[in-house]
Amino acid sequence: MSDATLDMPVGGTAQRAGNEPLVAADGTPLKQKLAQTTRRMKLRALMLTMPLVLFVLIAFVAPIGDMLFRSLYNPTGSNVVPAFAEAIQQWDGQDLPSEETVKIFVEDLAKARRSREIGRTVGNLATRLNYELPGYRSLVTKTARRAARITEGPYKEALFAIDKRWEERIVWTTLQRITKDYTLAFYLAATDRKYDADGSIVQADELYRIYVPILWKTIWVSALITALCFIIAYPVSYLLSTLPLRISNLLMILVLLPFWTSLLVRTSAWIAMLQTEGVVNNIFVYLGIITDESRIQMIYNLQGTIIAMVHILLPFMILPLYSVMKTIPPSYMRAARSMGASGTYAFMRVYFPQTVPGIAAGTLLVFILAIGYYITPALVGGNDGLLISNLIADHIKKTLNWSLGAALGTILLVVVLVFYWLYNKLVGVDNLKFG
Amino acid sequence: MKLSQRIQSNGFYVFAAAVVLFALYTRSWAGTLGFAIIFGIPLFAMGELPPYATRAQKIGKYAYLTICTMIFIFLVLPILVIIPLSFNAEPYFSFTDGMLALDSAAYSLRWYADIFRFGMTAPDAIEGWWADMWANATWIRAARNSFFIAIVSTALATGFGTLAALGLSRPEMPFRTAITSLLISPMIVPLVITATGMFFFYGGTMQGIIPGYENGLANTYLGLVLAHATLGVPFVIITVTATLTGFDQSLIRASQGLGANGWTTFTKVIMPLIIPGMISGALFAFITSLDEVVAVIFLADVDQRTIPRQMFSGLREQISPTILAVATILVIMSILLLTTVELLRRRSERLRGLSPG
Repeated sequence: MSDATLDMPVGGTAQRAGNEPLVAADGTPLKQKLAQTTRRMKLRALMLTMPLVLFVLIAFVAPIGDMLFRSLYNPTGSNVVPAFAEAIQQWDGQDLPSEETVKIFVEDLAKARRSREIGRTVGNLATRLNYELPGYRSLVTKTARRAARITEGPYKEALFAIDKRWEERIVWTTLQRITKDYTLAFYLAATDRKYDADGSIVQADELYRIYVPILWKTIWVSALITALCFIIAYPVSYLLSTLPLRISNLLMILVLLPFWTSLLVRTSAWIAMLQTEGVVNNIFVYLGIITDESRIQMIYNLQGTIIAMVHILLPFMILPLYSVMKTIPPSYMRAARSMGASGTYAFMRVYFPQTVPGIAAGTLLVFILAIGYYITPALVGGNDGLLISNLIADHIKKTLNWSLGAALGTILLVVVLVFYWLYNKLVGVDNLKFG
Repeated sequence: MKLSQRIQSNGFYVFAAAVVLFALYTRSWAGTLGFAIIFGIPLFAMGELPPYATRAQKIGKYAYLTICTMIFIFLVLPILVIIPLSFNAEPYFSFTDGMLALDSAAYSLRWYADIFRFGMTAPDAIEGWWADMWANATWIRAARNSFFIAIVSTALATGFGTLAALGLSRPEMPFRTAITSLLISPMIVPLVITATGMFFFYGGTMQGIIPGYENGLANTYLGLVLAHATLGVPFVIITVTATLTGFDQSLIRASQGLGANGWTTFTKVIMPLIIPGMISGALFAFITSLDEVVAVIFLADVDQRTIPRQMFSGLREQISPTILAVATILVIMSILLLTTVELLRRRSERLRGLSPG
């Protein structure tokens, strides 16, 4: 500021005449000066957020981008049989590949058999082929064992002698496809589809259609959990919002305690509650509802998963509902009643519509959280309580089909982001609060 | 209505008769207590109804309060149940007959002792017991890992998060919605997806990029700290921005006008006002990290196992009441944290003049 005053031009305030624009102390037009200052302030605000934005970009967005990339990029084929991977692309897909191409394939296989490098062994190629053609794993491993012994042509006949399946065209079209580095095959697999011999997309065999049903199941289970949470949370939130602050704060602790308690603690608590020798079964036996012999299996199945997840996600429904209901003046209901509306009518026409923002916030949040849940289904889900997240984790940690896991993850991510966008539109992220 | 009046009312007689009948029928003190709680609390919570209230309205309100009582019991009972179960003398997750009869022999502290003894090389040795426990006991090592990772990641999340929240709550902030959505998204994106991405990126792509971490960040403390810091960021952003709404921006101009530089303004004017929000955000981030298990499953080796990770494998492999003993300790810790956050929230509201209490 002091600099500006020192070299203040002559044309400051004194000489302003006619239509000359207003100027700031340093001679720049006021409008321009204002724009400058605003820009600087904007930049300063932006600079404050930059460290965190960069951190989140590197530590969070980049990993997710990496996952998207790996769902499309799988270089197994060109890693194991590099020369063949180039040669086979010339093939037009009719009959069988040329003798020359098959020769390269045999040589590549023999070389790959000696490789011990991770990701470049015959086993990798065999597994990759097996994803596309279930049961064909042995074809590659068996052929690779004998490939070194084939020293002269005709190479095709030599392969046919090892295994009849080399005469099938689909083996070669599949090999042609999986030796390309970029592929949509894992998205097809994740949506229960596959390529046929001619490269067109068809439905997978009945037996292998598992992912789409699980995705639908995840969605309806999440919807059911959301609905149950809503039904349970609504009366409680109403009670909390109408009680005097002193009492409602005390009761709020009962809601917040589960919210603050470790997820694992709550899941183990539900195992203790619901197992066949657990508290709930004991109560039923005491009450004579069931006999000691016919105790109900309530955990390690879908039912147990739903009960535990409703309990875990309930605070996320109660808190937004409560914060909206607290702002509704009780006099509105009294006014409706005094003008002759019945209790139900006043509730439906006056009270309920005012709680809709809270309902939108609560249901969307619970649904978003439920759809990606992993720990609770993994621990108490048994076999029929498994959700899509469990399949993703299995592909990453157990079967090691990383690309398929990544493709399933991407599909789940898209579903979640659609609901997140909806949440942003309807509720706004700024309105997220705890306690 | 006075207590004496309420006890004389018809409802109370019906309730008392029902409790007695229930006790005679089930002959269990625990069951009767539960029955009395579920149906007794609503009776005392009925409050004063207008004199013209019909019988149907009275019954309706009683039914509504009973449902609410049951929901509150649904919320806290599972958490409270594990506390007595952790004192079980038998290696089960269920109440034994002895426990229900309040037989002191049916209760023991053996599972709490097990927290320290499990994994030790010589749990009965007298010499070097402490060093052995500190170094080898499985749960103690898990607790050390948990706290180390939680403290470092909380510091990261709170530092960066507060700074960003200060920027986000300025009125002239550009792209506010987009940046907020980005910063909140670690809370929204399913943990399995975050963990999968980090498994690929930290474990594979990062190989050879950071000096000292040639094999990538998988199976390292740094990887876990980064993951947990990311997951804690949304909580810090949300709580600190909440404290800053209603923050009088002219205070900043006033302090600048009086000649304070940026740093003095921050420490003397902004900081005292937002410190409650910062602390509750930090506590949220801390508890998130302490509780997080998916990223640990994907990114950690045996050496970096945390308490929830240990509970996860315990629940999958051998269910032992040691888990319940650990759980009880965690519940007590959450109660302490919850109380702190609640007190801070009230203090903050009082400071900003939002509520009288």
